[in-house]
Amino acid sequence: MDGLDARVPEISPGRPFREWVTTFGALSWSGFRRFATYRQATIAGSFTNIVFGFLRCYVLLAVAAGATDAKPGGYDAEQLATYVWVGQGLLTVVALWGWTELADRIRSGDVTADLLRPVHPVIGYLAPDLGRAAHAMIFRFLPPLAVGAIFFDLYAPERWFTVPLLAVSILLAVIGSLGLRFLVNATAYWLHDARGPITLWTLSAGILAGLYFPLRFLPDWLAVTFWVATPFPGLLQTPADVLVERDPPLMQAGLVALQAVWAVVLLALAAYVQRRAEKRLVAQGG
Amino acid sequence: MTLISMKGLRKDFTVRVKAGRLRREKRTVSAVDGIDLSIEQGEMVGYIGPNGAGKSTTLKMLTGVLTPSAGEVSVCGLRPVPQRTRLALRIGVVFGQRSQLWWDLPLRDSFSLLRHIYRVPPQEHAARLKRCRSLLDLDDFLDTPVRQLSLGQRMRGELTAALLHGPSVLFLDEPTIGLDVVSKQAVRSFLAELGAGGDLTLVLTTHDLADIERLCRRLVVIDHGRVVHDGTIEALHDRYGSRRRLVVDLDAPLPPGFVVPGAELLSTEADGHRAVFELTSSSAGAVVGALPALRDLSLVEPDIEDVVARLYRTV
Repeated sequence: MDGLDARVPEISPGRPFREWVTTFGALSWSGFRRFATYRQATIAGSFTNIVFGFLRCYVLLAVAAGATDAKPGGYDAEQLATYVWVGQGLLTVVALWGWTELADRIRSGDVTADLLRPVHPVIGYLAPDLGRAAHAMIFRFLPPLAVGAIFFDLYAPERWFTVPLLAVSILLAVIGSLGLRFLVNATAYWLHDARGPITLWTLSAGILAGLYFPLRFLPDWLAVTFWVATPFPGLLQTPADVLVERDPPLMQAGLVALQAVWAVVLLALAAYVQRRAEKRLVAQGG
Repeated sequence: MTLISMKGLRKDFTVRVKAGRLRREKRTVSAVDGIDLSIEQGEMVGYIGPNGAGKSTTLKMLTGVLTPSAGEVSVCGLRPVPQRTRLALRIGVVFGQRSQLWWDLPLRDSFSLLRHIYRVPPQEHAARLKRCRSLLDLDDFLDTPVRQLSLGQRMRGELTAALLHGPSVLFLDEPTIGLDVVSKQAVRSFLAELGAGGDLTLVLTTHDLADIERLCRRLVVIDHGRVVHDGTIEALHDRYGSRRRLVVDLDAPLPPGFVVPGAELLSTEADGHRAVFELTSSSAGAVVGALPALRDLSLVEPDIEDVVARLYRTV
């Protein structure tokens, strides 16, 4: 067919990195666009996050009022309130619950279409997920934080680098979370149905990420173990601690560095699992 | 130039079968059982077989989705599984039962996203899209989210999506499945137009043999994972001795024991006023000339479906 027979250059000479960034950016934008189409769901979700934010905030403030030094886990009341509202916002940004897209596509066999694209499947999920997270930052993170600021005294950061560090921390939280979600979902390659692992993930992530209560409430040895041995605290606890300046600057930056290590490990693990899965892949449904 | 080659290609699946109250037995099933095939550039090949014959499995191995259990396979000089992402730039794939479009996004957005994913220069992308838009009438639903498209519209979108990066080989797995007559014709004539250029290599699986008759010179039939026929449609007719039929209406009943050389009387109806002959060697004219009191006639070409049904039953 005229005009339809031109070959695609396999690697564009000259500017491969720039092309790669363009591809990544376009995929991310598609993730943003996808979520931007469901406005009512966004509003309903934010409303729910806010309602639960009030409940959690009153509980933690009661804990603070009852503590002997009024600083349970080393947080004062403002820090605790901020911790709650940031957590309510980040919950959707890091997609702590309810992401089953990959598992569903494996189960139905639609994952075939992902494999037919000239993009590594992990990148093919990571890029749109960052777009999704960007959408969530605007429409799911800011509204609860704004409501929290209206009804409670929130903590205002004192260090100049806290907000940029928070941005990096949230980015790493999203990457780490995608890596974990990818791994949990990828069990469907072996199990055909990932509902069990996903339920386990939903139950454990809330506790280990510090959603229900700050991990600092736990004995030190346990909290440190969770932090170093599992990637979960990097999903919520670390960004929240960065914002409320719970630790001295060096520790604050060190926690973000730990997130970075986990993000790299999880992505590498996801790529490895994907490679193993492709070897034994059975495309379901004909 | 050979674009696709398969040597002793196999794919085994392990299935577990209930063998007692708790025990389950492992059994190996060969979906593709040693296929040797080579396809040249510009060929349009129809790849058919009954359900479960191994058509889709072959296509999935050719596109790098499934790892072969044994044998060699090469497409565009690349090994599909290890070099899958490079191969993806050279091939276009449509699986009729799957979608490669973005469910929540308008068709137009899916297309522009594909331009970035395949890194197609904007002018080339625009030229190809323009061509597809006019040939496949996409304009009416270009801004509709994919989830709201009808099956026929979506399939036209899928075909476009598979072609926007200018692939050398197009793999189509049942592209007309579930489509209405008009959409089927639109898809077929679009593919025929594509094939007319002679550059594009097409491998098409289908259950609709009209697709094959319209598009493919070469027909590969597989069953139980093996090739049972490889050649033209005419060769298949020859092999199974399918013949043209002559149906005649007569003013007077056919005399009993009537014989024409080169034709065989199959049946008579309406008290001998209608007769059906199968032409073995002579021309239709010779038979017609020999018939007394001919009123009307029709000549029926051999039906590809009958031949293929016979083929499926015998293997």
